[in-house]
Amino acid sequence: MTLEQWNDIPGTFHPACTPDFLPLEQLRQLQLQRLQATVRRAYANVPLYRKRMDEKKVAPEAIRRLADIDQIPFTVKADLRDTYPFGLFASPMDEIVRLHASSGTTGKPIVVAYTREDIEVWSNVMLRSFAACGLHQNDIIQNAYGYGLFTGGLGAHYGAEALGATVIPISGGNTDRQIMIMKDFGVTAICCTPSYFIHLIERSGEMGVKMKELPLRVGVFGAEPWSESMRRYIIDNSNVTPFDIYGLSEIIGPGVGIECSAHQGLHIFEDHFYPEIINPETGEVLPEGAEGELVLTTLSKKAMPMLRYRTRDITTLTREQCGCGRTICRFLRVGRRSDDMFIIRGINVFPSQVEHALLKVEGTLPHYQIVLTRDKGLDRMEVQVEVTPEIFGDTVGAMEGLQKKIAKALDETINLNVAVKLVEPHSIPRSEGKAKRVLDQRKM
Amino acid sequence: MKLQQLSVFLENKPGSLKKALGVLADAKINISTLALADTREFGILRLVLKDWEKGKEALEKGGLTVKQTEVLAVEVEDRPGGLAAVLAPVEAAGVNVEYMYAYSTGAKGKAVLIFRFSDLDKAIQALKGAGMNVLEKLQVLGA
Repeated sequence: MTLEQWNDIPGTFHPACTPDFLPLEQLRQLQLQRLQATVRRAYANVPLYRKRMDEKKVAPEAIRRLADIDQIPFTVKADLRDTYPFGLFASPMDEIVRLHASSGTTGKPIVVAYTREDIEVWSNVMLRSFAACGLHQNDIIQNAYGYGLFTGGLGAHYGAEALGATVIPISGGNTDRQIMIMKDFGVTAICCTPSYFIHLIERSGEMGVKMKELPLRVGVFGAEPWSESMRRYIIDNSNVTPFDIYGLSEIIGPGVGIECSAHQGLHIFEDHFYPEIINPETGEVLPEGAEGELVLTTLSKKAMPMLRYRTRDITTLTREQCGCGRTICRFLRVGRRSDDMFIIRGINVFPSQVEHALLKVEGTLPHYQIVLTRDKGLDRMEVQVEVTPEIFGDTVGAMEGLQKKIAKALDETINLNVAVKLVEPHSIPRSEGKAKRVLDQRKM
Repeated sequence: MKLQQLSVFLENKPGSLKKALGVLADAKINISTLALADTREFGILRLVLKDWEKGKEALEKGGLTVKQTEVLAVEVEDRPGGLAAVLAPVEAAGVNVEYMYAYSTGAKGKAVLIFRFSDLDKAIQALKGAGMNVLEKLQVLGA
C-alpha cells in the first residue's frame, strides 16, 4: 500500500508518522543518543557487560559516534545460557512485566525480559510491521504463532491490536480448525511460519476448501529461514502475498525487520535496533553491501539491553533508498544461518542447496528432511522427500525413475552421492513451530 | 469398459498398509480387489473399489497420496492357458502390459484379471476382437 492509499484508511494511525520515514540525519542522531544511553545502562546494571568492557578498557563514554560501536565486545547466545536465568537483566524484577523463553531443544532455555516500556516498543514495531504489509484496522488477522513462552504469539497479538485490526488468537496447531475458522471468519491475513502455511494450503486442499476463493490476502511469515521456492509455492497456491518478518527473542521477538510492499529485502526498525554486518570468522565490521553475519544492538530495550548480539544469520545490508519511501535500511532475506550449515565428508552443505536441487525436479517441493548418520566412521546423508499427488506415478518404474532424478539433481548441486528416500505425505514432522530440515544423528 | 483404479503410495514400514485399509474401513467402502507392488523401500497399493470417488476422497482426507488410473478387467476360464489366451491378442496388437493382478471370483470356473496396458483403447479393441469378456464392473470382494 502506498502512503497516499493510507489516506483513505480510517483511524488515527498513519505510517508516515512513524520513524520509518525519518530524514536520515535525524535518524542517526536518535540512534546515537539511544546507543549511548543503552551502553551506559548496560554497563551500570549488567555485570557481564561491565566485565567485558572493562577487560577491553572501553568506558561507556567512548561511544561518541555510531561507528564507535565496534569497540564494544560481542554478545553470543551462550552468554544467555551461561547467565541463566536472569543474569543479563538490567531492570529490577518490580519493573519487569513479562518473561519469555526460547524453546530450548538442548539444555536450559534462554530467558528474555520486558518492562512495560519494552512491551510498548515491541507492540509499536509489530504495528509498523503489519502496516508495512498493507494491513490496517479493517483486517482480520489469524495469529497462528504459538502463544506462550515463544515470543511469536504475543508479539504479533499486541501489534495487531495496536493496529486496531481484529485479531484471532488461535495459536499454533489444530490445522483443521485453523482452516475452518479462516474460512468461516473471513480472515484476511495470517501470521505463522511459512512451512506451516504450506501445510495449511495442502491440508485445505485435502479438506476441499479452496484457498484461492478465500478473502485471505496477506501472510506475515517468519521464525524460520525460507527459500524463494517456498515463496513461489505460496504465491502459486493461494492469493496470499507473502511478507517476511524477522526477529529473535534475544533482541525483542518478531518485529525486528519486515519486508515492505516493494519486496526488496527487509527493513530494520533502526530507531530501536542498530544493525551491523561482520565477518563471522574475524569479527571485523564489513562495509555496506558485503555479505556477512548480522549483528544487532538494541537501542531502547530497558529490561534486557543487548550489545552487539551475534544473530548467526547471514545477509547483506543496504542503505539505498527503498521504493516504498522508507528511510530505514534494509537487509536481504535470510536464506541461511551460519550455524545451519553442516559438513559431510568434508563438504559444506546448506539446506537451501538441497532445496534448490529438489526444485529442479518438478513438483518435489516443499517437504523434505535431511538425515545425517554415521556408520563405521563413514558419514551418510539421506534426503527424505514426501510423495505428493503431483509426483506420484502409479508404477514402480516411474517412482524409481523419480528417485534417480532427485539423486542426480542433488549430486549435481552439492557434488555428493546422496541417498534419496521417498516417504508418505505428512511423515516428516511439520512445523507447528519451525521446520526441522536437518536431523543430525551422527555420534561425534 | 474401463475401470477406475486407485493407487496409493505407501512407505515400506509396519502399519502403512493397515492405515490405508483402515481409512477405507472407517468410511465403509468396499474393496472389489487389490494388489500390492512393493520394492525394498516403498510400495504401491492398487485398489478397485465399489465407489472409487468416495474412496479417493476418504484416502486423501486421511492424508495419503492417491492417484486414479484406468484399468481393464477381463474374465477368463480358470484353467491352464487362461491368461495366455488373453495375452496373445494384446501382444499381437503391440500393446504392452505395465502390470497385472488376478483374482478368483465366486463364479465357478472363472477368474478375473486386472490389467494396466500401455494403450487401453487398443487393448479393448484387440480383446473384443478375440471374443474376450471385458467386464463393466467388479463384484465386491468376498460378496
